[in-house]
Amino acid sequence: MRSTHTQSLVLFSGDEALAQGAFEAGLEFAAGYPGTPSTEIIEHLAQFPEVNVQWSVNEKVAFEVAYAAAIGGKRSMYVSKHVGLNVAMDPLMTSSYVGVNAGFVIVVCDDPGMHSSQNEQDTRLFARAANVPLLEPSSPAEAKEFVKEAFAISERFDIPVIVRLTTRICHSKENVELAERHVQPTKPFTINMAKYVMVPRNALARHQDLMGRMAMIKIFSERSKLNIAQSGKKAIAFITSGVSYLYIKENYPDSPILKLGMPYPFPEKKVRDFCKKYKNVYVIEELEPYLEEQMRMLRMRFKTKHPSFSVGELRPEHIPVIVSGKPKPKRIVPARPPMLCLGCPHRLVFNLLKDLDVVVAGDIGCYTLGSLPPFSSLHTCLCMGAGVTFFEGLSHVFKDKKVVGVIGDSTFVHSGITGLINAAYNKAKGVVIILDNAITAMTGGQPHPAVGTTIRSEPTKKLILEDLCRVAGADHVDVIDPTDLKGLEQLLRQRIDEDALSVVIVRKPCILLVQKMKKG
Amino acid sequence: MAKAKITNIVFYGIGGQGIVTMAEVCGWAAMLAGFHVKKTEVHGMAQRGGSVESYIRFGKKVFSPLPQTATADYLICLHPEEHPRLLGELKKGGVDLFPYLEVAQKVVGDKKVFVNSFLLGVLSSYLGLEQSYWMQAMEKIFKRSLDENKAFFQQGYQAGGSL
Ligand code: SF4
Repeated sequence: MRSTHTQSLVLFSGDEALAQGAFEAGLEFAAGYPGTPSTEIIEHLAQFPEVNVQWSVNEKVAFEVAYAAAIGGKRSMYVSKHVGLNVAMDPLMTSSYVGVNAGFVIVVCDDPGMHSSQNEQDTRLFARAANVPLLEPSSPAEAKEFVKEAFAISERFDIPVIVRLTTRICHSKENVELAERHVQPTKPFTINMAKYVMVPRNALARHQDLMGRMAMIKIFSERSKLNIAQSGKKAIAFITSGVSYLYIKENYPDSPILKLGMPYPFPEKKVRDFCKKYKNVYVIEELEPYLEEQMRMLRMRFKTKHPSFSVGELRPEHIPVIVSGKPKPKRIVPARPPMLCLGCPHRLVFNLLKDLDVVVAGDIGCYTLGSLPPFSSLHTCLCMGAGVTFFEGLSHVFKDKKVVGVIGDSTFVHSGITGLINAAYNKAKGVVIILDNAITAMTGGQPHPAVGTTIRSEPTKKLILEDLCRVAGADHVDVIDPTDLKGLEQLLRQRIDEDALSVVIVRKPCILLVQKMKKG
Repeated sequence: MAKAKITNIVFYGIGGQGIVTMAEVCGWAAMLAGFHVKKTEVHGMAQRGGSVESYIRFGKKVFSPLPQTATADYLICLHPEEHPRLLGELKKGGVDLFPYLEVAQKVVGDKKVFVNSFLLGVLSSYLGLEQSYWMQAMEKIFKRSLDENKAFFQQGYQAGGSL
């Protein structure tokens, strides 16, 4: 792969390469919500004026807006991390029935090993559940090519297509060649209720139609070069997908490998033929035993990983261990865990919460680190928005304990607001703190509606959080700067003791954001 | 098929020390020199003072972005406390560039941000990639103080091999 150096050669991450590939494929619309390790895809796209790009308020909204743009006739893409797709499951599950007009690609970045996530779900299972094809590149350079293929498949078979990356691909870099952009002609939108209005009768017909489309895609998957068998020395052979392919090549460069770049729909015949050719076949995959289960259904003979390998990220040195049939070796994690930045405004709040005798329902953001010493004052964290809903649920059942909900500004807009409306409607009492640092900080600093700027830093309508909370039904809404420690403590003590639903907006920008602005 | 030679480099520091950028410059230099490069990181949420470990691998064709354990040819470490643990990443005969950290700190004095460029210069003296590729790489990556970065890089290059 020694390539001559040209102007078009760049060192790109999987995220950047995927964005670049989509751009070259004529992408015209993209929407997402920030989430590690997917964030840089949308950020990279924002530099292309040809593409209409947005941070949406959450993944469900992003999915629907982007999907509609595809139905409206322009190649379009949705981007999120794995848990983001959960929020967008509702539109996803019916989108396979409806199909597309112009191509629609769903990019989902899984996080094996949970470098920055609350679980390590495997999106391949979701593709099966939703009946949409899934492509799985192994490297950044492949991500760029696969996303183009995904658009082609989407249009050819009238179906949304998932491209799945994992953290190791998203955030590793390699040589990538840039190419020309090819814009596709707009596909006119025609009124077609049978396709676009999913009421039961239409949906039943579309479900039937989906079966036919998936059967065709299965034939495609059997023939496609995305699923490619490489021959080699016969002693030991592998079936794999994603980054695991590279770990196998690293350890067994001369072994035959069936690399499944399109693991769903599963290319049964190709797999059968491969297994017929080699006696000693190993299935190696990160996280869930997806390939393994498909093969069991076909009653094929193969060996696979010890179940302990279903947890956490695979590493190159694991492959020989898997082949030997042994369990996963224990690994010593790096000694220095992350912490809230020095000077982070959240520190003031968590220091204070430690002194108040309350249970703190937390949420997802930098401030989740408030659960670690020296603060140790955040007691639950489940998913986006649960800072408010856990506050409500706990407050309904606690007799002699007080609960405080804690949620960030971006997370509140994402899914905290529905919880607050619910709390007001169902007469919950107590305090929800919105830690308003004027940015989506954990993912590196993205704007959102309450910031008042778009992804391209253009001014736009600004959502006023205090107004929103009032109309949602909060009895009291206070705004306070956390450097006023005395004032904050007094306010919190007072609000916690009252028989009312209160929102306290603690407002001070993220210190990293402030530093960035200073630098210009 | 003989295994083609791959060069593995480990960069270690904590969030905010510029580890990722340092590895980026090295990766660009190797790519411009005509090699296939893979770069990857192991870190939590970098901005918050956690460990950052960045790997560069380059050669004719590189598969895994992550190196196998104990295969590093070179180690650059910006954090004294973690240095003993990281020695385990070096292969037998691998080169530990940690001793140059002190030299770098002396040379740059108050201009602490240039420690990394000095160390890259040291590294460059070992890697045998042409200097012009390093210069081009720095032009790509450093938006600020390019000339000073290049100057400290040169000093590092001169110092390389002296310890
Ligand atoms: S990035 Fe901002 S919000 Fe996050 S810990 Fe640092 S200062 Fe706090």
